[in-house]
Order: sequence, then structure tokens, then C-alpha cells
Amino acid sequence: MTAPHVVISDVTRVHGEAETRVVALDHVSLDIHAGELVAVMGPSGSGKSTLLNVAGGLDRPTSGTVSIGGEEIGGLAPRDLARLRRRRMGFVFQDYNLIPSLTAAENVALPLELDGVRARQARRQARRTLDLMDLMALSDRYPDQMSGGQQQRVAIARALVGSRRFVLADEPTGALDSHTGEDVLRVLRERCDDGVAGLLVTHEARHAAWADRVVFLRDGRVVDSTGGADVAEDLLTGGSAR
Amino acid sequence: MSVRLGLMALLAEGDSYGARLRSDFEERTGGTWPLNVGQVYTTIERLVRDGLVEQAGEADAEGRISYRLTAAGRAELDAWWTTPVDRTSTPRDELTIKLALAVTAPGVDVAAVVQGQRTATLRHLRDLTRLKRDALDRAEGSGEGVRDGADGGGGEHGLAWLLVLEHLVFAAEAEVRWLDHVESALARHARRTPAGSRRAGHDSAGEVPAHREGTHA
Repeated sequence: MTAPHVVISDVTRVHGEAETRVVALDHVSLDIHAGELVAVMGPSGSGKSTLLNVAGGLDRPTSGTVSIGGEEIGGLAPRDLARLRRRRMGFVFQDYNLIPSLTAAENVALPLELDGVRARQARRQARRTLDLMDLMALSDRYPDQMSGGQQQRVAIARALVGSRRFVLADEPTGALDSHTGEDVLRVLRERCDDGVAGLLVTHEARHAAWADRVVFLRDGRVVDSTGGADVAEDLLTGGSAR
Repeated sequence: MSVRLGLMALLAEGDSYGARLRSDFEERTGGTWPLNVGQVYTTIERLVRDGLVEQAGEADAEGRISYRLTAAGRAELDAWWTTPVDRTSTPRDELTIKLALAVTAPGVDVAAVVQGQRTATLRHLRDLTRLKRDALDRAEGSGEGVRDGADGGGGEHGLAWLLVLEHLVFAAEAEVRWLDHVESALARHARRTPAGSRRAGHDSAGEVPAHREGTHA
């Protein structure tokens, strides 16, 4: 088996000090292979979003390491980390976060342009990604001309345009009705089937079920995982989902 | 529901014989309720005895006897469609009983029971979702929207199967939510009565550490 694309190793994240000290993540380990979609579930305050932020380099662990595509991100300077985020991963949020004054194709091209790719080439790559995801019909539409589900699919295209192979989705179906939410998950699932590594945070088991593996967090620790037998053994020895 | 009403519902669509009723029943319920042929024939005999179904002519060349609904049968079926399914009877679900007993049974780690079940139910949910995805892909491959109920590769039968699957998905999801609720109820109970903490969770000390009360995520 090839090395995992994402390796979260023994990560602890502590917020505050003394009386206000809160352990958001408590020795969490998690691997995500290319082509694998992992869902994180758990009640409010269990550390789901902190895990997503740490995995995406938006937050730094207090201890432990995170590697993306073989590169340990803890030691990177802020500028290098920002570049790695732009080039190697994409985020999908509950509220889509498309820029209202740009068309779907322009929104998808934006991360490439921010990374210095010429506008024309960026637009061409954006259209290729939209085409791959059967979204070409939307390419010239502005966000207010699209439904919520369409906007979210465009947001997934934006998260994966160019060479980015790691998508992090925080409650991407939260604002959508049941069927539309499911359509969005199918798109995410298909991208993962094509080799992308995915990390999905959701509080709905029905949505988590689209993942290959579900990791259940409580109080910052992994308490359950639907992985193989080796995972059950890890659980017994103290909170690892690897 | 009974097999009886299921077979009557199929006969309302047209005359049919035992083996076909059986395969239609299984197809329509997505194979979630397998019948044996003996069960089908016994049920038909009783329906005939009760005047709800009657033989439709002589046996065909292959010896198969078709049956049809009588007026009384149709009336009973119509009443079934318009009467809500009774949900007031006490649940006899094994998991419910198991957890209710586990809470007071000596030496049982309820938290481990909950976690083990949740893992199993989440896996089941994932498997159901894969089946559902296949059903949706098949429907799209045939060029028919399965949810539109259009006839074709997905078609009405595809829609029936999808609805059965979705029922199972929602039931499994509800079970996961309930298990989560059980887990937090146990933790809350342990906090109030430290002596009960032995059974209440991963926290053998019985006290919830400060870091567990954070509200961030």
C-alpha cells in the first residue's frame, strides 16, 4: 500500500491556559490515503472543526505533527504554509463562500490566479475542472443565479482545481435539503474515487456514510472508528484512528 | 404489515400466480423480506378461504393457477391504504432491551456496548449508502431519473427499491443518534451520581475533566 497522503500523528491542540485551558484535541492520529474519504463525527465541542483546521494548516497543533503529501507542515514558515495550502488543498464550507461578483468559472479560477497562474490559463483549467464535474452549464452563471446545491458543487470544483489533491469539507451539506445535500456528497465521493484525499466533518451519520471510514470524536479523542480490525485494537490502546 | 396484505396489493395490479407473486414481492421490497414459495401458497389458500381472493380461471398449460382479488379483498386492501400503521405497541427491539438491561446489569460496560454498536451501525449505514449509490448510478445510467418515478432502467421499481433502502438508511441514522444520546445521558448520570460512574463511560474516575467541558470544536 502506498504511503498515506495525509498523516496526522499524535496531535494535541490546547487552547487557553490554567483555568481556561481546554484540550480541543487529545493525542489524535489519523491517516488519509489518496482516494479515501474520511468522515469525522461527534457532538458539539468534540474537536471536529479543530481537527479539520489542524489538518488544513489553518491551526497549528500544540504537539504532534501533520504531513501533507510527504511534507511536514509544522516546520513551514507562514508564507510557505500559505503556498502549500493554495497548491495542495482546498476547503469547502457550509455557506459555499463563492464571490458574488464572479461567475462560476471565475470563482473556480481564482485560487490559481492568486497563486500566480495567468488569468487565461487559470480560466482554462477552471473550465476543465467544471467539465470534469459535469458543471459546464453553470460556468457563466453568477452565484445568485445558482441554487444552493449548484453553488456547493462549484465550491467543490474550486477546492480541487489545478493540482490540489486534498479536500477538506466542513458541514458542506448543512445548508442544503436532503436530496441536494446527497448530490453534493456524491460529487465529493466521485472526486475521492478519482484519487483525491478527503476529510469531511459532519454531524449527520447519513452523510458520513458516504465516506470510506467514519471517525467518531468525543472530548477531543477518537472514541470510535469504522476502520478495520487494527483500528479496534488502536482504540483499546488509547485513541488512535490510524 | 403482513405478507397477506402485500400479496393482495400485488393482486390489485393484476391477476397473478404464486411463483410470480413471490418474485414480485421480493423485487418490490428490494429483497429485504424474502418469502418462500410455501409461505406464498399457504397465504393464498387462507385468502381464498376468507373470500378475499379467488381463482381466475383454469390452470394454464404449465399448470399455473392465477388468482384475482374479490370485491371484499379490494375493500380490505383499500382500508389498509387509508389506515395508519399502528405504532402504539411496545417496541421489542433487541438493542433497546439490551441497553435497558445493560444499564443495571452488574459487570457490564455500557459505554463499550454503545461504542461497539455505533461502529457496527455506522458500517451498516455505509454499506446501505453504497447500495443506494449503485441504485442511483443505475438509474442515471439508464437515462431515467429514479426519483421521478419514470419507467425504465431505474423506473418505478427502481424507485421502490430506493425508498426501501432510504428507510433503512434513516432507521440506521436514528439508531446512531439514539446511541449518541444514550452515551451523553450516561455521562450526565455519572456526573450527578459518582458511584454510578463505573458503568458510565470511558471515564473511570467518574469526574469530567475540565477539558471536556469546552464548547469549541
